[in-house]
Amino acid sequence: MSFLADLPISLIVLCSGLGLVLVGLWGMLTQRNMIRMIIGFSLTDTGIHMVMVSIGYVTSGTAPIINDAVPLEDAVHSVVDPVPSALVLTAIVIGLGVTAVMLSYAVRIYKARKTLMIDECTESKW
Amino acid sequence: MIKRIFIFMMLALMALIFFNLAINYNESTELSKLGHYYVENGPQELGAPNLVTAVVVTYRGLDTLGEVTVLFISAAGVGLLLRRTRRKDDDEDLEKGDRAEETAGVHKPASEIVETATELLLPMVILFGIYVFLNGHLSPGGGFQGGAIIASGTMFLLLALPESHISRMMISIIESFSGFSYVVVGVLGVTLAGGFLDNRIMGLGTYGSLFSAGAIPLIYTLVGLKVGFELSAVLDRFRKEDTGPL
Repeated sequence: MSFLADLPISLIVLCSGLGLVLVGLWGMLTQRNMIRMIIGFSLTDTGIHMVMVSIGYVTSGTAPIINDAVPLEDAVHSVVDPVPSALVLTAIVIGLGVTAVMLSYAVRIYKARKTLMIDECTESKW
Repeated sequence: MIKRIFIFMMLALMALIFFNLAINYNESTELSKLGHYYVENGPQELGAPNLVTAVVVTYRGLDTLGEVTVLFISAAGVGLLLRRTRRKDDDEDLEKGDRAEETAGVHKPASEIVETATELLLPMVILFGIYVFLNGHLSPGGGFQGGAIIASGTMFLLLALPESHISRMMISIIESFSGFSYVVVGVLGVTLAGGFLDNRIMGLGTYGSLFSAGAIPLIYTLVGLKVGFELSAVLDRFRKEDTGPL
């Protein structure tokens, strides 16, 4: 496993993120339980965040916050791209909102049908 | 079965696309042009050491306003879906039995450890949330993170004291006030400074101190309050209580 140490760190994060996207898609498509589908969505969401963060990484860069460790004069060469980080910040919040709405739909359907299985809700399918 | 094959094929194709993406990926060795501009000019222009904050609050402030709006709409959607209706007295016996069981679950008190820990930690959690959003321009953190910490304090409260009453009125007043003030600050940016949500409507102050970077601490305080109370309202909605017939 020593070859893993030579890989660029952002590539590892990127591959983990893409893997999470696939796992989440698999979960959303194959699971019949609504809570599990929502978990699949969350996994995809997290995977996309990881992909975005890894794309913004600059070799041996650090967090884009100017302080004693990152002096202003040298900041351009020592920080990662702040734009993807800001985008991910937005995406996390929106993912949270979407998940909350999905969960409340699941609660409503459970109250009406006493089941979380999507197969039971057939009459309004098409 | 056919469906399974299609799902498998789709996932395999996605995996192929992702594999090609990953195999051709090269770690960048320098910032993109836009990132370079923000890093080079952000601290002088806006006075904020935290460049992510500078991008989120000022350079991309309009996006953040949209984000806050999305969060507001989703909180409103949760509120609409899980709204509570008044319990009717002429319910059927069966439903009454159901309700009694449900309320019995609600009335079960939390253990003493959780209650004591909450009494001890809740003020600190809230204080930490406020610290995080006030220092959003100096250190990692910001309005959304601070708001989420405040909401986790509410979660604490709901776990320890499930009976505790959270005033809807107070939540909606604070929420509307902070949302409205956020837009007002943005519009003031148009008239007093360079554009919508420009933070230079107030003096930039001493670089690196708490009250610096113009309107960023103000905006992040408003965002933090709004997000914190919105998420608290969402958590309160998910609390198990008598929800009445649908």
